[in-house]
Amino acid sequence: MENSPDPAPPLLEVRGISKSFGAVRALQEVDFTLRAGEIHALLGENGAGKSTLIKVITGVFPRDAGIVRLGGDDIAPRSAKAAVAAGIATVYQEVNLLPNLSVAQNLFLDRQPMRFGIVREGEMRRRAKALLADFGLNIDVAAPLGSYSVAIQHVTAIARAVDLSARVLILDEPTASLDRHEVEILFGIMRQLATRGIGIVFVSHFLDQVYEISDRITVLRNGRLVGERETASLPRLELIRMMLGRELAETTSTRASTGEHRAREVCASFENYGKAGYVTPFNLELRHGEVVGLAGLLGSGRTETARLVFGAERADGGQARVEGAPVRLQSPRDGVRHGFGYCPEERKTDGIVAELTVRENIVLALQAKRGLHRPLSRREQDEIARRYVKMLDIRPADPERPVGLLSGGNQQKVLLARWLATSPRLLVLDEPTRGIDVGAHAEIIRLIRELCDDGLALLVISSELDEIVTYSDRVVVLRDRAHVEDLAGEAIDVGNILAAIAADAATVALEAHT
Amino acid sequence: MKGLPPVLITAIVLVAGFALCAVQFPNIASTRVVGNLLTDNAFLGIVATGMTFVIISGGIDLSVGSVIGFTTVFVALAIERWGMPPLVAFVAILALSAAFGAAMGAVIHVFDLPPFIVTLAGMFLARGASFLLSTESVPITAPVYATVSDFALRMPGGGRLTAIAIIMLVIVIGGALLLQLTRFGANVYALGGSRAAASLMGVAVGKMTIKIYMLSSLLAGIAGIVFSFYTSAGYSLSAVGVELDSIAAVVIGGTLLTGGQGSVIGTFLGVLIQGLIQTYINFDGTLSSWWTKIATGILLFAFIALQQGLVALARRPVTKSLGAAT
Repeated sequence: MENSPDPAPPLLEVRGISKSFGAVRALQEVDFTLRAGEIHALLGENGAGKSTLIKVITGVFPRDAGIVRLGGDDIAPRSAKAAVAAGIATVYQEVNLLPNLSVAQNLFLDRQPMRFGIVREGEMRRRAKALLADFGLNIDVAAPLGSYSVAIQHVTAIARAVDLSARVLILDEPTASLDRHEVEILFGIMRQLATRGIGIVFVSHFLDQVYEISDRITVLRNGRLVGERETASLPRLELIRMMLGRELAETTSTRASTGEHRAREVCASFENYGKAGYVTPFNLELRHGEVVGLAGLLGSGRTETARLVFGAERADGGQARVEGAPVRLQSPRDGVRHGFGYCPEERKTDGIVAELTVRENIVLALQAKRGLHRPLSRREQDEIARRYVKMLDIRPADPERPVGLLSGGNQQKVLLARWLATSPRLLVLDEPTRGIDVGAHAEIIRLIRELCDDGLALLVISSELDEIVTYSDRVVVLRDRAHVEDLAGEAIDVGNILAAIAADAATVALEAHT
Repeated sequence: MKGLPPVLITAIVLVAGFALCAVQFPNIASTRVVGNLLTDNAFLGIVATGMTFVIISGGIDLSVGSVIGFTTVFVALAIERWGMPPLVAFVAILALSAAFGAAMGAVIHVFDLPPFIVTLAGMFLARGASFLLSTESVPITAPVYATVSDFALRMPGGGRLTAIAIIMLVIVIGGALLLQLTRFGANVYALGGSRAAASLMGVAVGKMTIKIYMLSSLLAGIAGIVFSFYTSAGYSLSAVGVELDSIAAVVIGGTLLTGGQGSVIGTFLGVLIQGLIQTYINFDGTLSSWWTKIATGILLFAFIALQQGLVALARRPVTKSLGAAT
C-alpha cells in the first residue's frame, strides 16, 4: 500500500466487501488487492473471514456490499462456474475433483475433445499428458485420479484451473495434507505460474510457508481487514500480533486477580503424553480450582491436546493419572468415566443436538454416564434442567425449548450445563466464547472463574489472548503441535504469549535439543 | 473404463454357472436355450440398462416396473379400444414416459429430494394410473404383434433370435457406447463421483439429472412395449417388482450402488445370470420357481460383500501414503 501506485490497475481489486449471515457479520468493509504475478498470502484465525471472502469473490455467496474488479472491470459472478469463466479459479484443501474418473477426464471434464459426438479419448490423454508435463508430472493419465496421492491430485486441480485460462488462482490451504517434499513441488509450480503473470492467493496457517513463498500478506480478523504488508518487511511477531492481538496499546490488558495461590491438589496429570503426527509428547498438570489456558495459532495443536486429554483421541505414549492413580484414556467414554467433560469448538456439529430441548440436551451426558439401564426419571430430568437453567441463567428460561432456537451464548451455557450435570472434576472448553456476542462473552468468562472457585479443574482453549490472560492461572503456549512455553503468575501477559508463539526457528531448534 | 475387476468376476460367475448347468443338463448349452433366455429377459435387459445410468450417477429409479405396467396397458387400450395405429401408440407412450422421467428428474434436482422418495412416488403414481386405465388384462390382436412375434433370426443349432431380443441387444450395445464414449457418459460418472465437485467443474448437474431419469423412463417405456410383444397383452399388474430385479442385475454386474463406477456390459451379464438361474430351475422341474429369488438374493449378498472388499482394498494404499505424509 505504501508502494508507489502501479501504472496498470491491479489484477484483482476488492473494495468494501461486506457480508452478513443473519445477525452475524462475517465481513465488514474488507479491501483486498492482488497484482499480476504475485503470490499473496491471506491470513487470519478461524472465523476471521478468509473463506467467506474467497466465496464472495468467487460468487459462491452473494455479497451485501462492495465491488470486485478483475483487470479493471467490475465483475459479479453468480456461481463458481461463472467465476471460472471470468478467470478466477479456486483449488480447495479437499480437492474438488472426481476420484472415480481418470486424470485425463478430470482435466477435461465437460470440455473433452470431440468428434462426431464421441470423446476422442486418445487425443484427450495426449493433451492431458502434455499439460501435466508442464507441471513436471509424468503419470498415467488414464488411471483413476483417486489412485494418486493428494499432492498429485492438487497439481491436477491446479493444472485444470490454469488450463481454464485462469488469471487469478486461489489456493485454499493447499499444503495442509502434503509432506515437505510435496510442498516444495507445489511451491515450484506456484512460482512458475507467478512468473507467467498469474496472481495467486495463498491461504495457509503455516507461517513458515507463508514467509517462504509469499510476496505480500493481507490479514483479516473478526471479519475486518487488519492490514496489508510486504512479507519481507513484516516481522513475524508483528504478523502474529495482527492475527491475534488487539492494537498495541490494548495488549497491555492484565489479568484480573485470581485469588491467593494456595497449594492446589493435582486433579489430572499427563506425562510424556502424545501421539505421533498429532501432538508432540507433553507434560501437563491440571489442578483443582485452576484454569489452564491453551494458547497458540490455528493448527498449533491446541484442540489436539484437548482431544487427547479427554480421550477423544488415543495417545500412543505416555501416562495419564487421575488423582494420582494411573488411568487409560482410550475413548470419550473413558474420559467421562473419570469425570472429564469436553465442550468442543464446533458447537453446532459436535456439541448440541439442535432439535432436542434444553432439558434433553442437559441430561444427555449424565444419562450416558449412568448407562441405558438406569434411566433418569422425567422428574429427575426436570429437576436437573431447572437447576442449571437457573444457575447459568440460560435464557429464555424454558427447559422445553429446542436448543437450536437459542442464541450462541445460551447454547454454550447448555453445553456447560450438560457437563456440569455429570459433576466432573475436569472440564475442557474449546473456544467457549466463539461466535458469542460481547455481553454473553463476559458472562461465560465469569462462569469459568466461578466454576474454578468451586474446585473444578479447567482446561480452556481460546484464540482471544486478552481473554486467556484474564482467566488463566497458567498458560501453555503451543507451536507446531508442541507445547513450547508454560507461563504462570506474573509472567502471563499478551506480550509474553505472542513472543512464545512467534519464537523463530532457531529457538525452536534449541528448545528441541534441551 | 473402471470397475473392470467386478465385471470380470461377474463374467466368470456367468461362465462357471453356465458350465455347471451344462454339465447337469447338456441341453442348456444350445442356441435354442440361449435364444429363449435372451427373449425371456429382453425387457429386463432394456430397463436394467437405464437403471445402470441412474445408479452410476448416484441415484435410483424405483418407478420403472410401474412404467412398464402402465405402458403395456396404455398400448393395449390405444390399439384395441381407441383405434390408434400401433406406431402412433408407441410414439405417444414413449413421449409420455420420457416426460414422466424428466419430471421426476426435475423434482429431484429442483427440490433437492432423495431420488428414492421421488421415484417411489413415481412408482405408485404410474401403477395407480395403469389401474385407472384398466384393471383387467387386455389382449392385443393387432397384426403387427403377430408379425413381430413370428420374426426371428435363425441361429445355427436351431435357436431363434427374436425381434425383442434384437431390440434388447441393440439397446445394451447403444447404452454401453453412450456411457463409455460420450461426454454425457463421462458426466454420469462425474455425478456419481461427487455432485458438488461435478457442479464446480462445470457440469450442468440439473440438466444431467433430468436427462438421466428421462433416459431411464424412456427405456422403461421401450421395455413396456417389448413386454407387450412378449405377452401380447396389456395388464396393469405386469412387471411388478421388476425395478428390484433390475437393481439386482445392475449390482451383480459390478456397478457400485453408491454410484461412480459400473458398466452396462456388467449389467447385461447380471441379467443373463438371473436368466440362467431361472432356466436351470425350469430344467430341473422339481424346484419352485421362487428359488430364482433366493439364488438372486444370495448372489446379491455375495457381490455387495465383494464390492466392499474391493473398495476397502482400493482405499488402503491411499490412507497409508497419507499417514506417511503427515
